[in-house]
Amino acid sequence: MSMLDIKGLNVWFGRARDRVDAVKSATFTVAQGESFGLVGESGSGKSTILRAITGLAPTWSGKIHVEDQPIPARRPKSFYKTVQMVFQDPYASLHPRHSVDQVLGETLHLHGFKDIDNRVVKLLDDVGLGQKFRFRYPHQLSGGQRQRVAIARALAPEPKLLLLDEPTSALDVSVQAEILNLLADLRQMHDLTYVMVSHDLSVVGHMCDRLAVMKDGEIVEIMDVSALQRMEATHPYAQHLLQASV
Amino acid sequence: MDKLLDIENLWVKFPTRQGVFDAVRGVSFTLGRERLGIVGESGSGKSMTGRAILRLIRPPGIVDADHISLEGVDLLKKSEKEMRAVRGQRISMVMQDPKFSLNPVMTIGNQIIEAYRLHSKTSKSAAYAKSLEMLEAVSIRDPERVMRAYPHEMSGGMGQRIMIAMMLIPNPEILIADEPTSALDVSVQRQVLDIMDKLVKERGMGLIFISHDLNLVADFCDRVLIMYAGRIVEVCRADKLHEAKHPYTQGLLNSLPRLDAPKDRLDVLKRDPVWSEAPSVSGRT
Repeated sequence: MSMLDIKGLNVWFGRARDRVDAVKSATFTVAQGESFGLVGESGSGKSTILRAITGLAPTWSGKIHVEDQPIPARRPKSFYKTVQMVFQDPYASLHPRHSVDQVLGETLHLHGFKDIDNRVVKLLDDVGLGQKFRFRYPHQLSGGQRQRVAIARALAPEPKLLLLDEPTSALDVSVQAEILNLLADLRQMHDLTYVMVSHDLSVVGHMCDRLAVMKDGEIVEIMDVSALQRMEATHPYAQHLLQASV
Repeated sequence: MDKLLDIENLWVKFPTRQGVFDAVRGVSFTLGRERLGIVGESGSGKSMTGRAILRLIRPPGIVDADHISLEGVDLLKKSEKEMRAVRGQRISMVMQDPKFSLNPVMTIGNQIIEAYRLHSKTSKSAAYAKSLEMLEAVSIRDPERVMRAYPHEMSGGMGQRIMIAMMLIPNPEILIADEPTSALDVSVQRQVLDIMDKLVKERGMGLIFISHDLNLVADFCDRVLIMYAGRIVEVCRADKLHEAKHPYTQGLLNSLPRLDAPKDRLDVLKRDPVWSEAPSVSGRT
């Protein structure tokens, strides 16, 4: 069964002569339990694909299937129970005047969970933060701790598909290693499917099974990570990207 | 090697309600006509070191040092007015994000010309010609259009190249680059580095390159200072960075995922309280 199936996805912004085609006929599938990477330079449309899946980019055409079900124009609550997203900048994605308890509690409440108290405790343990962080505000946390809270929030509705938009690019290398290990553990623990966007090929090489290389809104190559490690890219742009990052 | 900059026992302190916080604790190093890298995590004091050299730390922050000498003259003894002749003119600084360091309501051309005419008495037309020439030097195509454009019309890579052009017009002896490429893509990153590299070689400038990217620094610089908790824990040649001895440096290197050596789990840095206690290593040559 495929978790995510995208066929001929186009995303555009603006209209008439101001129209920008951010994604042009992107096609790929992600199997249940797989970890899929999207790489490319900024402006290549990799984040836009994630935003189109979650409904943050409303002007799109083509087919997006999640668990073999087409996504309706207005996404129901059950969609957000299946698909959740973690954003790039942990400094911007948490409400500055909500404590960690409020952030997680509100998410759980919105998704109709009853035993909120126990679940907040469990979520914090899952992401390795512990109880002493429960009543802190974002400004009392470091970048890595904030990203852990953002991951906990995404895990709150018990999703199956997690969209990760550059989850570590705002963090130090030592903290990046901790977060990548955490993500790998969580994937195993909850049987999650990941779609991960990154401009860092070595991070994608570490985390993913397969990856797509994007340029100017188009997917130019889809390859296995083993091929990436052997530096066997067929498309010239993918080769160029590989050489630039080593 | 002649010394452009000589810093001894530099401290940067910030008084807070919980007592005095030491951002930089007794750092000493020299800079010749070379590319000196400073690496460390956020909060290790690397940016504060760069700012302290230009005396850009405002009260209540305190800069304290035995001396910060630029070719034998102590910068700490200069008045604020004399410092203005140093900033930009002799020591320039490129900041991390071009979005925040360019004026959003002035055209690029006017900003560069203003910066240039502030330091040298030239006519407008000569300044314009010089600005065009500098934009070309940092490989900006179509410099005439760029001169008329506003910063929001530029991409991040172009903005950063414009900043570099602006900083280099007065022909400074030292350039301090504080994470100049962190906001940029891998491919654009290379271009910006190549431009700086060329300028260092051609003009014999000294470059202080502040970054958190170990591989980049190992590739690009001649000598590297590794900072941890406000102190220098290790000094080594950039090409020998991968043979570094200090456990902190090794920990940082091991925590990077690598394409050629895949593994299931990344090593996590284990911090030893001894590291922040040990005295600062001198980076003087």
